Amino acid sequence: MDSTPAAIEKDLREFLVENFLFGREQAFSNDDSFIENSLIDSTGVLELVTFLSERYQITVEDDEIVPENLDSINCLVEFIRRKQHSPA
Amino acid sequence: MCGICGTLGLDGQPAEPDLLRSMIAQLRHRGPDDAGVYTNQALGFGHARLAIIDTTGGHQPMSTQDGSLWITFNGEIFNYIELRKELQARGHRFATASDTEVILHAYREDGEACVHRLNGEWAFAIWDAGRRTLFLSRDRMGIRPLFYTTAERVFLFASEIKALLAHPAVHPRLDLRALDQIFTFWCTLPPRTAFEGIRELPPGHSMTIGAGKCTLRPYWQLDYSGSTHPPRSEQSCAEELRDLLLDATRIRLRADVPVGAYLSGGLDSSVISALAKECVGTRLKTFSVTFDRAEFDESPHQQDTVDWLHTDHHSVHCTQADIAREFPAVIQHTEQPILRTAPAPLFLLSRLVREQGYKVVLTGEGADEVLGGYDIFKEAKIRRFWAAQPGSRWRPLLLKRLYPYLASLQQQSPAYLRAFFRVRPEDLASPFFSHLPRWQMTAGLKLFFSAEVKAELGASDPLPQLSASLPAAYATWHPFEQAQYLETTGLLPGYILSSQGDRMAMAHAVEARPPFLDHRVVEFAARLSPRLKMKVLDEKHLLKLCAGTLVAPSVRERPKQPYRAPEAASFFTAEGRSRQGYVEEMLSPARIRSDGLFDAGAVAKLTEKAKRGHALGGRDNMALVGILSTQLLMHHFIRKGHG
Repeated sequence: MDSTPAAIEKDLREFLVENFLFGREQAFSNDDSFIENSLIDSTGVLELVTFLSERYQITVEDDEIVPENLDSINCLVEFIRRKQHSPA
Repeated sequence: MCGICGTLGLDGQPAEPDLLRSMIAQLRHRGPDDAGVYTNQALGFGHARLAIIDTTGGHQPMSTQDGSLWITFNGEIFNYIELRKELQARGHRFATASDTEVILHAYREDGEACVHRLNGEWAFAIWDAGRRTLFLSRDRMGIRPLFYTTAERVFLFASEIKALLAHPAVHPRLDLRALDQIFTFWCTLPPRTAFEGIRELPPGHSMTIGAGKCTLRPYWQLDYSGSTHPPRSEQSCAEELRDLLLDATRIRLRADVPVGAYLSGGLDSSVISALAKECVGTRLKTFSVTFDRAEFDESPHQQDTVDWLHTDHHSVHCTQADIAREFPAVIQHTEQPILRTAPAPLFLLSRLVREQGYKVVLTGEGADEVLGGYDIFKEAKIRRFWAAQPGSRWRPLLLKRLYPYLASLQQQSPAYLRAFFRVRPEDLASPFFSHLPRWQMTAGLKLFFSAEVKAELGASDPLPQLSASLPAAYATWHPFEQAQYLETTGLLPGYILSSQGDRMAMAHAVEARPPFLDHRVVEFAARLSPRLKMKVLDEKHLLKLCAGTLVAPSVRERPKQPYRAPEAASFFTAEGRSRQGYVEEMLSPARIRSDGLFDAGAVAKLTEKAKRGHALGGRDNMALVGILSTQLLMHHFIRKGHG
């Protein structure tokens, strides 16, 4: 899998559009908050965590499930790369 | 309880008995016991009767003995015995023992102001031959429905929209602004309905048509301005509430047929059942719904009340397959899109009541709105408390106390809870502070609207439409009271009393009577300090005090669990197939495109997600139920005509 930031960003954007926007393209920037833009609800957070675990083979700890890590594309890209580069 | 309809030729055209009979035919489920038509020149009344009071003498349409006043009436006037005595003392003579005739004489005595003296749930029309005016009225809280429209210069009214559609010139079309409102507030703002050009008489309103004029005016409004609450002990308030509730229940047991009670397992219906038992002295018959899944099922609590009150209990078990099977019939009765499946189990429940030979039940509806039981009130209180000190670390921890029955929310970290329930500075000044999170979340469903619908709606925003209807004193009320007002005048009549209430019960000719919505109880509660309704975070505090030993301790002390039913998962099997053929048909891209309301691609992805069996969140569940119910509404009423 291509793990460059650009590839992860593209991948995440596809997941968000498919699962939370149901294919409807809606302009949102990489810094836009998912919550403030009503893209995601509480079940959506759990869906997102499941996707990250399966797609990127990372373990998301309970204390990592916070908006600082997960609430925008840029946050997610940073979080995934940090997890991928941290010792197991 | 019955179905009513009528016509008035605005240019003097004679009424058509055949049209009235066609209208009644659409209402026979509400009144299978008798039917009647009255026509006199331009005026026509129709009535389908469910005989409850004076079962042999209460035929309708009914007139005064001199024939100068005629009435067609749906509902009950619970204080009719007292009113009858007062009117007799003033010289009125009665030919029947019915409450219907009491309304006629009250009108003769007091004119249109007579509604102020009525305690009950009603929708009626009176033809005043002397003044040549038609007078329509609907109860204060909106328990009984009344719709109207005009076609070919004929004014038409009826208990249900489907009866209006019997007129050949009434062409049903979905009102897109209504759809916009429903996909925000879960209901329309009266007088708007889901159908273009068809209006409802708003709760607490009367209308007069005559002399070329149509006048709509409120005769009662919910008002919290008197809640300056003189210092009184909680105990004294609880005793007064109990006395009021006991009397509200006592007069709601008036019927010439046996009266049962719905039992949800919660505090409200348990209190009403207990009070009813005090009044009747015989074994009370109670009715409940049970579910497979523990998150919805309340049968252990129902059993606690059954054991406590020794009621003769009957229950119906509702499965996901039942919901899927009955959903089309449910939408034929709701006559509006709905975002929850919750009416479907109540459809089954009223069928059970009817099968048991009952046609009247008491219910616990209204307690949450009137006495402060909903989580949305608690949520607003915590958010406002937190916003007062945004930097506080422990105040947002209270958010964990919200919605204990929503597993996905309970699994969230404190940081996510803070994000979900965040308070933006501009929200604090909003008159809708309490409801903004719910409405914003619901409005997210408009993502599924088609490009054409979005273009048609343009910049339309339902919130300013609601702002315009708020009473002048609203801004002076306590925030808790503002939240209560929004809930009591919005969702309560627009969805709870309608889609979950009258329409589901009357689908099987069952009359539901909610004592908590006796206007004396409502007015008393509006004068109470908010502190007595929610003490810190203890919801319905005064009702719990008042309940005392009336209900089982386990019921009094259990956390509130709102009535809910399985949602989108009801429509698909574990193997990812639609349970019913109509689900596939209504959600098919071809049908979605043909109806033009939703985006076919987005609906297909949502349907696939539901079929895959992924646990859907609140937004996705509401979207699927909302889209499916809208499609069914289009199918039943617009594509193939009504009914």
